[in-house]
Amino acid sequence: MAMRRVLSLILSVLSTVTLLWTQSGECNNGRRSGDAGDTDLSGFSVPLEHSFEVDDVPRFRLRGALQLKGGKENGVYLSQNQLSEKDRITLKDVAAADGLYRVRVPRVSLQVDRQTERPSEGYLTTFVRACALVESHLSDVITLHTDVSGYIIGISIVTIPGSCRGIEVEDEVDLEVFNTTISVVAPVTAPAPETAPFIERMEQEMEKKGKNPQEQKSFFAKYWYLILGGAVFLMATSSAQAPPGGAQQS
Amino acid sequence: MAWLVVRLAISMSLLYTASAVFEDQVGKFDWRQQFIGKVRFALFDTHSQASKKLLLATDKNVFASLNSRTGDLFWRHVDKTGPEGHIDALLMYGQDAVVVVGNGRLLRSWETTVGGLKWETVLDTGSFQAAALVGVQDFVKYVAVLKKSAISLHDLSSGSEIWVENLPDSDSVQYQTIYSGGNGLVLVLGVVPNSHIVIVEYKIEDGEIMNKKSVEAAWMSSLESSCAVVSSGILLCVDQITQSLYTLPLQSAEQTEMRQIHLQTLDLEVVSGFRPVLTSTQPNPAQPPLSEFFLQLSPDHHILLQFKDGLIAPLRDFNPAYLAAFATSGERTVAAVMSPKNDTACSINLFSADTGRRHLDTTIIYHMDPNGGKPNRLYVHAFLKKDDSVGYRVMVQTEDLALTFLQQPGRVVWMREEALADVVTMEMVDLPFTGTQAELEGEFGKKADGLLPMVLKRLSSQFILLQAWLAHLWKLFYDARKPRSSVKNEVTIDVLSRDEFNLQKMMLMVTASGKLFGIDSKSGTILWKQYLENIQPNSVFKLIVQRTTAHFPHPPQCTLLIKNKDTGLGSLYVFNPIFGKKSQISVPALPRPILQTLLLPVIDQDYAKVLLLIDDQYKVTAFPSTKNVLQQLQDTASSIFFYLVDSSQGKLSGFRLRKDLSTELIWEVVIPTEVQKIVAVKGKRANEHVHSQGRVMGDRSVLYKYLNPNLLAVITESTDTHQERSFVGIILIDGVTGRIVHEAVQRKARGPVHFVHSENWVVYVYWNSKFRRNEFSVLELFEGAELYNSTVFSSLDRPHPPQVLQQSYIFPAPINTLEATLTEKGITSRHLLVGLPSGNILSLPKLFLDPRRPEMVSEQSREENLIPYAPEMPIREEWFINYNQTVSRVRGIYTAPSGLESTCLVVAYGLDIYQSRVFPSKQFDVLKDDYDYILISSVLFGLFFATMISKRLAEVKLLNRAWR
Repeated sequence: MAMRRVLSLILSVLSTVTLLWTQSGECNNGRRSGDAGDTDLSGFSVPLEHSFEVDDVPRFRLRGALQLKGGKENGVYLSQNQLSEKDRITLKDVAAADGLYRVRVPRVSLQVDRQTERPSEGYLTTFVRACALVESHLSDVITLHTDVSGYIIGISIVTIPGSCRGIEVEDEVDLEVFNTTISVVAPVTAPAPETAPFIERMEQEMEKKGKNPQEQKSFFAKYWYLILGGAVFLMATSSAQAPPGGAQQS
Repeated sequence: MAWLVVRLAISMSLLYTASAVFEDQVGKFDWRQQFIGKVRFALFDTHSQASKKLLLATDKNVFASLNSRTGDLFWRHVDKTGPEGHIDALLMYGQDAVVVVGNGRLLRSWETTVGGLKWETVLDTGSFQAAALVGVQDFVKYVAVLKKSAISLHDLSSGSEIWVENLPDSDSVQYQTIYSGGNGLVLVLGVVPNSHIVIVEYKIEDGEIMNKKSVEAAWMSSLESSCAVVSSGILLCVDQITQSLYTLPLQSAEQTEMRQIHLQTLDLEVVSGFRPVLTSTQPNPAQPPLSEFFLQLSPDHHILLQFKDGLIAPLRDFNPAYLAAFATSGERTVAAVMSPKNDTACSINLFSADTGRRHLDTTIIYHMDPNGGKPNRLYVHAFLKKDDSVGYRVMVQTEDLALTFLQQPGRVVWMREEALADVVTMEMVDLPFTGTQAELEGEFGKKADGLLPMVLKRLSSQFILLQAWLAHLWKLFYDARKPRSSVKNEVTIDVLSRDEFNLQKMMLMVTASGKLFGIDSKSGTILWKQYLENIQPNSVFKLIVQRTTAHFPHPPQCTLLIKNKDTGLGSLYVFNPIFGKKSQISVPALPRPILQTLLLPVIDQDYAKVLLLIDDQYKVTAFPSTKNVLQQLQDTASSIFFYLVDSSQGKLSGFRLRKDLSTELIWEVVIPTEVQKIVAVKGKRANEHVHSQGRVMGDRSVLYKYLNPNLLAVITESTDTHQERSFVGIILIDGVTGRIVHEAVQRKARGPVHFVHSENWVVYVYWNSKFRRNEFSVLELFEGAELYNSTVFSSLDRPHPPQVLQQSYIFPAPINTLEATLTEKGITSRHLLVGLPSGNILSLPKLFLDPRRPEMVSEQSREENLIPYAPEMPIREEWFINYNQTVSRVRGIYTAPSGLESTCLVVAYGLDIYQSRVFPSKQFDVLKDDYDYILISSVLFGLFFATMISKRLAEVKLLNRAWR
């Protein structure tokens, strides 16, 4: 019971967070059910590139294609290739040398009409430790962050789990397909001071006070019987004890 | 009932956050110093002999009166910053000071004794050129103000406008000066550069143009800088190209061209490249100026000349002489000249202006501060002594903005360090141990040499400690007998040592003029100062403490990075923060512009933290760069990350250090500059401790904080400034991986944004452009009910994004600056220190800025001590930590922990400097000032004796019973 109450409390307070999560959750579903036929015509595709080299000098190759869908709800689908035999060996070597696995996307806008306005220039890059990627069996979470106008401003990649413990990985089974969760996150609107609910609450309290005549009564009106009773009691006790009291004093 | 509970909760919460200063605590641990800035005009009140007033107008738009005997402020008026409050001219006559403010926008007259405003007149628009007092028949009645295209005359006693006249041909002629010799006319002089001079005569009564003439002067470019009026209306100009003086009687009808006098005929020569300067004096505005004047021919060559019957005769040659100035007392005008005496001192002598003869016994020796700048202005206050000879005092302003007031024979009456009016950055450094403490410390550092010597050494050091303790006790006893006021002992650099609770520290202040100060935080005494020459006016400074005082016998070490804002080229200045001495350590040359600095926790064998400097080719320079350091850097290179911000391109990029001290780009975030621009990026303070990993909630479960030490808070502002569409963006980025942790947009908001980033929260203040008010917003980050990895935080291994809570509040005041308190272990609750434009420092409990403040009060929120949400933030007078000691134009607040967990040291700086202590959770670890020692000890002793006596009685009783 207590647990549930806490949960509800968190949920009610964390409205911003839940909003964020529902959005990305939608994208997850989209990806899973997504195949070629499902892609919208209004969307467009940008390459997702990755690089992992033993000498740690980035040489980006195509990893997959991101299908971005403009409009209000920013949907995103990722179709990606399997890792080749050679790539798998390289990746394991890089992981052994504690190298980096880098990904990058070109700077684009999700708004399709803006595409023509401003050609994409430069890339947004990020990285994850190659060993973490290997140990997580290529299960990663890629998030694209946009600004208010829909430009992609940053990309982030994490693996789950994210640690490097030095666990041996069988390459054939685990390093073939990426198990990627991809989402697009737009900035949340920060809350403004909430004056309306506060005033409403104040009014409600005032109303409650008004409705309840008990509240409006004065202190004496409310507790006259107690005071009277107390007074009577005091009087009775003092009058009863007066003779012995006098005796003590003398 | 619920309402009552709400109110009860609020009052309860206030009960233990109230933090006012008691009346008897005023000045006990706080001090304030008031400054005025660089002096532009200084006038001595010569109205009466006994006057102590000195009127000053400064570049900080301050108009003030100083007590010339002590250097203290009588009064001070701080005007608006920027050109709106700029003081264009200061004139004084009798008890009145007339000031032109804001490029000729306002004309004000001040009463000089108490600093009250007598009158104020709004002038017509037009850029200000000159102002002068105008007298008729030995009586000054008017003030004339010359603008670009008009001249106006105002009554001196009421400020009312007598007349205003447009100047003829003002679009081609540059009118620059006014002259009035007390003969019922005001002359306006203008110049058409390299062509001719225009002279217009106005009648004082009605502003009628009496005469207008133009005189050929093809060589002249500016009247103001090369001309002066001497004698009875003779315009005197100097030209360095033709090496000549030119004279022109202003009101003569016959002479229509300027008469040229070659300097050669006077055996004079202007040093090439130097612009000669003429200085004349007009002691009484109702009378023509004196016929004597100074001509400066080179930086250290002055000559006193006299104009007589159309001829110029030299009176006295001053070579070498740095500065010269006229001063008048009564009817006598004198000239004070400062000449170099030797390398460290100058001598100032007085000469009578009309003959050039030296007054006997008038030498003042001015000792130049070896750590200061050269003198560049001389202000003289002359007065008549009882025997009718002329006495004088001088005020010298140096390049480093120090004002020194001297009297004969060279006694410094007072000194003001006006550089402190513009503090750029500061740090606080612990004071070193005393000699005995250091001795004890040193014992552990040395190599062991046998058992017996060790024992002996220990015994001797213990003996020294005992001795010191006894001496201390004796001093206490000795002081206790004296009245309290006389025990104020002087703070000097030699007796400086750490106190019991580390409450006294050394404040290092870097000022915009390039002067460094070491100030004792307890008293505000300046212990050392150092002027760095050749600092460009647009330099930016970064002060880094590389080694603290904790590593005896190594001296503490601070490094100041001075960077030219335009070129980005930097230089390092390494010094000892306690004594202010420049360190002998060789400093790496920095040939390329510096983009970023990074202080690593890696230390070299001398316990100095390593400073990394990243240049524009992303190459890294380490300082110090010993072999040991380079080895350590190689070992840890793969875990050293840094970030760069390029706000012009909206680019944030992350780099990793390679073993060969080159770098590689590892992440990049680009925020399009068309939509929003980055205004500020802030990480967390490195010396911040967080005591509690989480927050205990109402049901006893724990909500863990997201404590990412690498988190950066990036604040952006929209380029669209329309009030409906403008916004302020806040982006939280991990500085190692470049992962955007949170991105929020505050709609209908604009800057300036002030923010604090600490622990797991960010607080920022913005302007709500829709409702036209300031608002606070707080963001808190939590990991949730479980920690991912409770032992260590790694940015590379924290896959789950944090939960972000946010709440906003209305703040009913504008804000100048924002900072958070900081304590030793982080146990004490946090307060926000808000610098208000009114000069008050508000200590606002962080409790009020908690995004978990509930809408409705519940059992759990009450359990957690959460205050119910109220949209408006209260401001309580008792939260002002500086009661009535307001800090003008507060620009920054610096906080430092002390040795006491409850206490945080605060320094607020702006035009003034204010130092105090704050106790966010009250003084829980200190006994109160009024703690009743007598009562508690008498109770103790009483109990002790009672037990003794009752024991004795019990024994007697037992014995008696045994006998029975």
